Amino acid sequence: MQDVLRDLYQEVILDHGRHPRNHRHPPAANRAARGYNPLCGDQVTVYLECDAAGRIADAAFEGKGCAISIASASMMTEVLRGRSEAEARRLFEIFHRLCTEDGFDLEQAEIADQEALERLQVLAGVRAFPVRVKCATLAWHAMTSALDGETQTTTE
Amino acid sequence: MTKLGLASTAPLSGDNSTLAFDVERVRKDFPVLAEHVHGKPLVYLDSGASAQKPTSVLEAMDEVYRTSYANVHRGAYYFSQHLTERYEGVRTKVASFLNAASDQEIVFTRNATEAINLVAHSFGNRLQPGDEVIISEMEHHANIVPWQLLRDRTGINLKVVPVADDGSFRLAAYEALLGPRTRLVAITHTSNVLGTVTPMKEIVRLAHKAGARVLVDGAQAVVHGKVDVRDLDADFYAFTGHKLYGPTAIGVLYGKAELLKDMPPFLGGGDMIRMVSFAGTTYADPPHRFEAGTPPIVEAIGLGAAIDYVNAIGQDAIAAHEAGLLAYATDRLLQVEGLSIVGTAKEKASIVSFMLDGIHPHDVGTIVDREGVAIRVGHHCAQPLMERFGVPATARASMGLYNTRAEIDVLAEALEKVKEIFG
Repeated sequence: MQDVLRDLYQEVILDHGRHPRNHRHPPAANRAARGYNPLCGDQVTVYLECDAAGRIADAAFEGKGCAISIASASMMTEVLRGRSEAEARRLFEIFHRLCTEDGFDLEQAEIADQEALERLQVLAGVRAFPVRVKCATLAWHAMTSALDGETQTTTE
Repeated sequence: MTKLGLASTAPLSGDNSTLAFDVERVRKDFPVLAEHVHGKPLVYLDSGASAQKPTSVLEAMDEVYRTSYANVHRGAYYFSQHLTERYEGVRTKVASFLNAASDQEIVFTRNATEAINLVAHSFGNRLQPGDEVIISEMEHHANIVPWQLLRDRTGINLKVVPVADDGSFRLAAYEALLGPRTRLVAITHTSNVLGTVTPMKEIVRLAHKAGARVLVDGAQAVVHGKVDVRDLDADFYAFTGHKLYGPTAIGVLYGKAELLKDMPPFLGGGDMIRMVSFAGTTYADPPHRFEAGTPPIVEAIGLGAAIDYVNAIGQDAIAAHEAGLLAYATDRLLQVEGLSIVGTAKEKASIVSFMLDGIHPHDVGTIVDREGVAIRVGHHCAQPLMERFGVPATARASMGLYNTRAEIDVLAEALEKVKEIFG
C-alpha cells in the first residue's frame, strides 16, 4: 500500500468517517450553516449552540460526503466544544495551514490549541492531495459561516 | 501523415470481412497514452469528460499555425483565402459526418453548451408565456440551465420526463407530457452518466406529431456511433469536438435550413452581418449569421482532422469495439463485491457509472488515481439525476476507441485496493 494513501486514510479517519460523532441536529442550536462542495456535491450542515458568554456550548453536524469531509466534520465538532468564537476561528486558521503547508510545525500554534491540533493532525495527509483539501475544510468553512451569521457557504 | 489505427488493407487470414480493428495500433496514434501517473501507466477512462487527441489532430493544428495561418473571411490575400477554404471545408465534412442536407445547416460554436444556448436564444426567445419545453431527468446541466434561463426570460413552462429505474428513457411518460403548447423537446441522445441511448427517432416522431421541434444533445452520442440527422429527422443537433478526439473550443450546431433561416442572430459582431449602418444592420444568411467574431479557425481544422480519423477507422468498427468493452467492463466490475452499476438500460454506450458499497466515489477516485486510473467522480453536471437515484455522486468509467480490456482489469484491481483501505 502506498504511504500517501495510508497517511490520508488513517484508521482514525476511517472510523470517524464511518461513525461520525455529533451527527445530529441539536434542538438548542442557535447558529447553523450549510457547507457545499460543488466539485463533488458533498454537503454538511454545521449546528452551533453559542452561550451568552460567546462560547460554543455544543457543536454538531449533519450531512453526506466522502470519508475525509465527514471525518473532518466529526473531529471538528469534538474540538470546538467549550471554545470561544475567536478561538474557533483561530483553530481553523491553523488547521488550514496544517492541511496545506508542507512541514508546518504544530509548535507554531498557541499552547491553548496544541491538544486540539494534535488530534486534528491525522488529517494533514490531505497535503499530498490538493483537491481533497476542500473536503477536509468543508465543515470548517460552514462553521465560520455559522459564526458570521450566514447560512450557506461553498468551497468554490 | 500519421498512420491511423488500422491493420493493413490486406485482410487477416481467416477474416476477409472487413478491416480489423487493432486497438494496440490505435493506441500508438495517441501519444498521451504512453504517459505514466504516480509511476503507473496511465489508464484513461474519462473520455466521456474529454477524449485524448490523436497525432493527426495535433499535427493538423500545428501545421496551420506554422505554415498557413491567417484570419478567415477577410483577406484578399492568399493565406486568408486558402485557410477560409479549409475552414469552410470542415463545414462540408461535418455536414457529411451528420448526413445533413447542406453545409448551410452546420453552425460552428465553442462547444455543445453554446450550441444549446444558441437555440435557447435564437429559437427560444420567440416563445410565448405558457409555451412548453420538454427536457428529461437525465440531462446534463448544459441542457437544463439554458431552458431555466429561457423560462425566466419568457415565462415558458419547463416539463421534465422522468427516467426509469434502470436508467432508460420513459417513452410513455414523455408522450403524456406532449401537448398543444409543446414547442420544443430538448433531450440527450446518450446520457453522460447512465450511458443510456435514448430512442431518439421515436422521440422526434412523437414531437413532430404534436407540432413541436426537437433539439438533440449529441455530445456523448456522436462519439460512439453513426449519427444521421436526416434519418432521425432532428431539427437541431448539438455536439462538441473535444469528446470526439478533436480539440476544445469547437462545437457544432446542426439546424434544419428552414429553421435557421428564420432565426435571429445569437451574438452580434463581425462576420455575422451583411451590411452595418447606424440606421440599421442586416445579417448574413445562416450559418454565418450565428458565427459572430473571429471563429475558432484552427480548432475547426482540428475537428476536421478528428472526423477524418474517426472515419478512417470506421464508426461501425469503433461501435463494435466499444460494445465489446462495455460488456466486458459490466461483467468484470460486477465481480467486485459491493459494486453496483447505476444505469443498466438495454441500449447503452460505453459508459459505466458505479457505486462501491459504503465508500464515497470521491474516495474511490483518489485511490484509483494512485494506480494510474483516471475516472470521473462526482455529479457529472447532472445533479437532478443524482437526486433521482438517491446518490450524492457516482464514479464513472467512460471508454473510448483506445481503451482495452486490460485497462478495465487495472480499474477492477484498483477498486479492490479501495476496499482494502476501507477494510
